[in-house]
Order: sequence, then C-alpha cells, then structure tokens
Amino acid sequence: MSERRIRVLVAKPGLDGHDRGAKTVASVLRDHGMEVVYTGLHKTPAMIAEIALQEDVDVVGLSILSGAHMELFPRVRQELVERGLDHVLMVGGGIIPGDDMQVLEADGFAKLFGPGTNTDSIAEYIQTEISKRWAAEEAQA
Amino acid sequence: MTETKPISIPEGRQAWEAALEAGKLRDSDFTSLSGSTLEVVYGPEDAPGDPVEDLGWPGQFPFTRGVHPSMYRGRLWTMRQFAGFGTARETNERFKFLLDHGQTGLSVAFDFPTLMGRDGDDEMCRGEVGQVGVAISSIADMEQLFDGIPMNEVSTSMTINGPAPILLAFYIACAERRGLDPAVLQGTVQNDILKEYQAQHAWLVPPEPALRMITDVMEYCTEHVPKWNTISISGYHIREAGSTAAQELAFTLANGLEYVRRGIERGMDVDSFAPRLSFFFDSHLDFFEEIAKFRAARRIWARKMREEFGAKDPRSWMLRFHTQTAGVSLTAQQPENNIVRTAYEALAAVLGGTQSLHTNSMDETLSLPTEKAVKIALRTQQIIAEETEVVHVADPLGGSYYVEALTDKMESEAEAYFNEIKRRGGVVPAIDSGYFQKEIHDSALSYQRAVENGSKKVVGVNCYSEGEESLEIELHRIRPEVEAESLKGLASLRADRDATRATAALDEIRAACNSSANLLQAFITAAHADCTLGEISQVLRDEFGDYIEPKIL
Amino acid sequence: MISWAENGNARFPETLEAIWSQVGRARRMGITGPPGAGKSTLVNELARLIREEESTVGILAVDPSSPLSGGALLGDRIRMEDRTADSGVFIRSMASRGSHGGMARAAVDAMDVMDAFGMHDVLVETVGVGQAEYDVVAAADTVLVVLCPGAGDGVQAMKSGLLELADVIAINKCDLPGADRLTSDMQEAVHLRTAGRDRWASPVVQCSAGKREGVDDVLAAVKSHREHLSDTLPDHRRQKRIQQVRQVVGEGLDEALWKTGGYGEQVEAMLCSGITPYAAASKVTQNLLKSAEENQSNELQA
Repeated sequence: MSERRIRVLVAKPGLDGHDRGAKTVASVLRDHGMEVVYTGLHKTPAMIAEIALQEDVDVVGLSILSGAHMELFPRVRQELVERGLDHVLMVGGGIIPGDDMQVLEADGFAKLFGPGTNTDSIAEYIQTEISKRWAAEEAQA
Repeated sequence: MTETKPISIPEGRQAWEAALEAGKLRDSDFTSLSGSTLEVVYGPEDAPGDPVEDLGWPGQFPFTRGVHPSMYRGRLWTMRQFAGFGTARETNERFKFLLDHGQTGLSVAFDFPTLMGRDGDDEMCRGEVGQVGVAISSIADMEQLFDGIPMNEVSTSMTINGPAPILLAFYIACAERRGLDPAVLQGTVQNDILKEYQAQHAWLVPPEPALRMITDVMEYCTEHVPKWNTISISGYHIREAGSTAAQELAFTLANGLEYVRRGIERGMDVDSFAPRLSFFFDSHLDFFEEIAKFRAARRIWARKMREEFGAKDPRSWMLRFHTQTAGVSLTAQQPENNIVRTAYEALAAVLGGTQSLHTNSMDETLSLPTEKAVKIALRTQQIIAEETEVVHVADPLGGSYYVEALTDKMESEAEAYFNEIKRRGGVVPAIDSGYFQKEIHDSALSYQRAVENGSKKVVGVNCYSEGEESLEIELHRIRPEVEAESLKGLASLRADRDATRATAALDEIRAACNSSANLLQAFITAAHADCTLGEISQVLRDEFGDYIEPKIL
Repeated sequence: MISWAENGNARFPETLEAIWSQVGRARRMGITGPPGAGKSTLVNELARLIREEESTVGILAVDPSSPLSGGALLGDRIRMEDRTADSGVFIRSMASRGSHGGMARAAVDAMDVMDAFGMHDVLVETVGVGQAEYDVVAAADTVLVVLCPGAGDGVQAMKSGLLELADVIAINKCDLPGADRLTSDMQEAVHLRTAGRDRWASPVVQCSAGKREGVDDVLAAVKSHREHLSDTLPDHRRQKRIQQVRQVVGEGLDEALWKTGGYGEQVEAMLCSGITPYAAASKVTQNLLKSAEENQSNELQA
C-alpha cells in the first residue's frame, strides 16, 4: 500500500514570466518527497483554484514578481474558498514588501516568503504544517 | 653577499608548487561564480593565444580589445537608466528628471500587460497595469510618454519583445505625427524573441511567426529608419533566469546568429542589416569571469560574421553591447550593500568595454526604485567615469594571463554549446524541446543549492546576516489610481476614433499575416488609425496561434 | 476519492462499491510513447476534438516519482493549459510512486472514478519507459503509442515491446525529417506481426499535434479500433479486471503472509535447516494450498 504524500500546487498567477523561483522551489519540494504540480506561466486566479481542486492538493504556493500580489493573491484565496478549498495551506513568495506580507498573512495566507529565503526552510515549514493538520484529521477520525 | 643565480621559469614553477603544497589553504571550493575550477595563479602557458589573430588592437578584428581604437577617450559609454512605471505621464516626468541629471539616453520599461500584448482593460491584467513599468496601449499613450522630449535628439531604448514591432510602430507613428522623418530616429528596440522562449517568457505568438515579424522589422528599418538598432540580442534575461556566464554568452550569440541567418534567408545583404544588431549582457559579481565574457563575445561574433556569413563591412563584425548590472545578485537583506555590488559589476562592464550601461538601484529586490536610489545608481557610473581614471586605457586587462585564459575558455565553452544546439536541429527545435530552459533551470538550481549549503557566500544572507531585520528603506509604491486612469484613457480613445478606419487597419494586418507583406508597415498604419496594442495582438494570436511552453521539470 | 486510491486509503474500496454501478460507461484510451514524443500536446488536442463532439473528458497524466526522494514534479498540465478553463475536462496528475503494481492499480482506480462521475472519455497518459508504465495504459480499451522522428526511434520502440501494446500508432511532429521513414518502418513492423492472421492491424497515422494537423485522423483511427472491439469489449474488459483482481489478491497475500502472517520467520527457520530456497518455497505453497482446501471443505460442511 502506498503512503500518503504531500501534494503541492506551485502556481504563477498573472502575467509575469519570472519562473526561476517557482521552478527552483518546485524542484526543492520534490527533493523533500512531495508531489508537486506546476501550473506553468500566466494563470488566472480561477484557473489556479480549478487546478487545485482537480489535483486535490494539500498546499497552494504562489510565486509573483510583478507587484500585483495585493490584487492576485486575495483573488486566488477567494476562488479557492468558493470551491470549498479553504482547508488548503496557502503560501506565497516573491518581491513582496513586509507591510503587504502582514496584510496577506492576516487574510488567509499561512506564510509569505521574501527574497533570499532558504528553500529548505520552505519545505520544512510545509512539512510541519501539514503533519499537524494530518494529525488533527486522524484524531478526529 | 652571494650572488643570486636567476632561475628559469620551469624551475620557478617547481619551487612555487612545492611552497604551495607546504602551505595551508582556507576552507573554500575556489570556483568561479559559474562553478568552474580556478587555478591558484595563471602563467604564460595558460594563455597561449596569438597576439594578432586572437587579440589585435582596439578597433581591429577580432575586436577582443574593444570596438573603438580610442575606446573611452573618444566617447564615454551611454549612461542609460531603465525607467518606467505607472502612467505615461508619470514616466514622462521621470524621463525629464533623468535627462536633467545628466543621463544621455532614455530606456523605457513597460508593464506586464504591455509586454504581453494586452490592453490595460483586459481581464487578464487586473492589478498589473503600470506596476513594473509604464502602460502603453496606443499611440496616444506613446505621445504622452514623449511629451516635450525631442524625439529627433534623444536615443530611446525600448525593452519589449513579443509585441516589439507594434510598440516600434507606435513610436514611428508618433514621430510622424510630429512631422519628423523616421530616418532621424535613434534608438533600440529589444525585439529579441528567442530568449523570451528560453528565459524571460513574455511572448505573443509561436517562434516561427515571431521570427518573421522580426525579419520584417529588420527589412523595414534598413530602408526607412536606418539609425535604429533593430534587435538587442539579450543575454541578460538568460543570466538572470539562472544560467552560467558561458551559457549566457553561448545562447545569446546562438540567437544572434539565428537572426542573421533569417535576414539572409529573406534575401537581404548581410552588411545591410548586421551593423544595426546590438547586444545586451548581464554584468555579475565574478569580476574577471564577466570581463572575459565580454571580450570573448566580441571575438566570437567577429569571427562568425566574417567567416561564416561572409560579412565584409567591419561594422557587421563589431559586437556592440549594452550592459545591466545583475539584478539577481542584489539582496533584500541589508539593501545598502547592493550599492557596493552594483559598483563592482559596473566596473567590470566598463573594463570589458561596454557601449552603454544601466546600474541597478539598491532597493530593486523590494520594489521599483525610488528617485534617490536611482540617483545613487547613476552616480556610481559617473564616479567610475570621472574619478577612477580607468577610462583612459583601452582593454586594461588585455594580456593578463588570467583574463586571457578565461577569455579562451569562454570561447571554447561557447563553441561546445553551438555544436550541441546544432545537433538538436538549431535554435528553434532546441526551444521546442525545452533544451535551453532545462539547462538554465539546472544551473539555477545548482547555484541555489551552493548558496544554501554555504559553498557560495552571499553577505547578509548566508554569512554576516543580522537575523530578522526590519527594512528601513523608503519604498516606491504605484498609485492605486493608475489602473483606473489607464482604463479611462482607453475608453475615450475607442470612443473618439474613426471606427471604420480602425477596423480596416486591423483587417489589413490580418491579410498581411497571410501574405508576405511587411507587418511593421501594417502596424504603423494601424497605429495612425488609433488601433490598440491589444487589438493588434489579438489579430496576431488569431492568425498565428498561442505559444505554450514545453514541460521541462 | 482519487487521493484515497493513490494513498491506499481503506475508505476507497467501500466508496467504489457505492459508485460501481456507474463504472463501465466511459471509453478508455491509454497514451504512451518515449519522452519528447509530444504526448501531452497530442492529449490536449485529442481532448479538444472530443470536447467539440460534446463529450466530457477525464485526463490522467502519470509521471515518474524520483527514486531518491519519492517526490515528483508533475508538469503535464502545462501543455494542457487551455483545457483547464473548460468545465467539461477534468485533469489529474499522478506520480508513479514506488511499487509497479501500485501505480497501475491506482491509475485504474482513478479511471474508474472519472468514469463513474460521468466522463464520456477517459485518457491516461504515461511515459513509455518500462513495464510499469505499460501496465497502466494496457488497462485501457485502446492503446495509442506516440512516436516522433528523433526521440527514441522505431527500432527502440520495437525492442522495448511498446509496439506490441499499440492499437494505434501516431507519428507526431510529422513535418520533421525522418517522419516518412519512421511511418513506413512502423507500417512494415505492424504488417509483419499481423499479416495472414486474424488480428487487428494497428493503423499508423501521421500528425503534428503542435500545429493541430492530423489529430482528427488519430481520433478516427482510435474510433475504428473501438468499432473493431465493439462485440468483444465486455470480454476484453473482463480479462483486464481479472488481472486487477489477481493483482489485488497478490498484494493482499503478500501483506498477509510476510507482514502480518509470520511467514518470514518460518522461512528463515527452514533455510537454517539447510534446504534450498526452492524447497522452502515449495513447502510454503503446499501448506498454503492445503489450508485453503481445508477452509473450503469446512465452509461446505458448515
């Protein structure tokens, strides 16, 4: 029997084409044993939420360097909630000023990672958070 | 006193090796930024190049030592700071500010909707209008952008690729509306689509029709806008996406050679368009590796152009280039340190013989630069030019064993990549199979791992860090009203224009897509008819199809 | 529910029970071929054509897991991006994970779920690199093998057994040099296998999925294979279900004997007594069969 593995959606909302960070993080999460679905570039919030639904992911990670995070991040969150996916762990990264990070973290995002973040620490954060959730699920069941 | 007997070079080397063996070394991997192994010291045997064939003198084939005989004694490089944000009016003000502070050329940064060929009122663009550059959706926006700026005097660089021919059409049409002959226009449009598929990812249509439009631009400008640089063949984005220096060099030149091939296939004489091709490189932190890269670039290009394509005009052999310091080398932590990084990178570009230079501002990992940060960045160049005295001597590092050995190595690594690309059927098939994208991703990943395991150091990030620091730096924010203003402008443009004329112009583009007519000509007609960027792009997408990236992960 | 299947969650079998009456309506197509043959692009285009016929499509894209970390990068969706916005298309990416059988079973389960939830067509795509991947596509009604000039030539495809699986062979990127040669090679190979026998002769169809050319011909060939199957389809499927049952039984036995049944210790003791591995195996098998017979007769008596 297979064991349960963390499924992560790494997504690029909006028009910016800088995918170095997204692809690097996707590779690192894979190396930490996660199953990572990568969306490719130029996705709308609705497309990202639809993919998250179809792929039944535990985590949605958004990467953005276009400055449009305050518009696009909350919209992705809203689209996820509309599909009943409010339980999904939401994280994000990119060029995001500290004030904006605070606003987003108060608004449903579990954590935002700025430039220079150690990628292993992102993986560890996800592992810790998801194990907590799975433990809680099992306790309930 | 006993007389010291002079020792021979091999004897000296032996003695040195013994001494080296006996000594103790620091704990470091002693590799270049790109991960190549480096020797402790370089000697004559490491740089066996021919002083005539491989070096020559400045201004002489193969131009290893520079493209001008006097280099910076004749003319300094153009200090060209890339700028653009918000509305055309705001960017227009920033341009005037920069011109007033001694900048000698303009460089337009566009926002993502413009880079992707979409109008500000497109549903895909919510939240992105005016964010990372200026929003230009029509000739009206272009007129506002250059309001009060003499288009016949300044040289303008436009960083745009997928829809580059359309933006160039807006610029030309704008000049025509002011009664100027396009022949007086000077500047550059990046218009380098191949590296978009490889690294930067702002495309409009698939490679083949995109290359056709670029060739149309080359053809049109050769005849009508002869002082315009029709393509700025760019390694910058390849490097910023994570490539090594040698990959940046090789992929960029391979792209350049592909454009030349296309021009020749169109039936143009190579010397009629090649002198208007220019290059754009990154200058990263590994000082000598970068200088070697610039020198090797000139040498390879000169050889290929003369030997492979039979170019006869020396201007076709010369690789002229713009440089931008490495944005990717900047850190969000302790951002003031970025001023120092940028200064070293700028110095490498100057010692490598650049024709123009953009220095990044210290706050660019956090947001668009503030006016103060931009000014410091510009002053960095001015200090090199006015205070360091490095500008008096051409190719000051020529003849350094180390730099010559690195230059030779860059050239041979590039040749190996050219062969691999050829084996894969050429640049476009290699793009389709994701070859470049995978190479770049692999290099980016191995660098990231090197930083995280500490074998590559980044000050403030994995050494000398100060923990959680609060950033006390003023940030440049885009006014939230920008999007609404842009939408309003578009609405009134569409309401006020002659609708019949606009539709006819779009139909003409559609017809041109399916014939051999010159598309740039059709875009200029459409610009005059107040057609928008998004409308023109949509016709192209309809006729040529969308592009989907290959899977490389 | 697909996640339950993948994770071997105990809730899956009972849930499948609840929807089982709905399983069996969908047409199932397996698509495989060497890396770089353009499978995802072709799947995307096939899905587009099927959608134009007003049918709904479920796509299962299987990618290999990393043998080192057990993680996986699932990027097939990138090539199917224009399908994401379409509510009549459901795309699911699946990692192959460790065990061979496990992957094939989870894939069949996922197809069953898509089928039960009303997808008219279910497409499963794997990289054709080994037996495990072949098993996945072999569970479909029709197997489409995608080749292209250059990426893994025809000889390799023949050697690897890929062609024996193929009900339809698509030669993708047919504008590349070598496509005609590859096509005639494949036609010849099919002819050699089928000439004079009462067997389905797999059609070899050229297409260029990236340019949307010839994909309708591929779909037509798939349909003709379905027509050929029409009478035998129930039997065809039953044979595959028998395989599935065998596999699940095998896994169950494995679990019961070696993990919970204490057979490991028994065998260790036998080997210590100096008998050969074959003798030990023979003893274990005989014991098992004997106890199975006893159970059966007990049941009859009761």
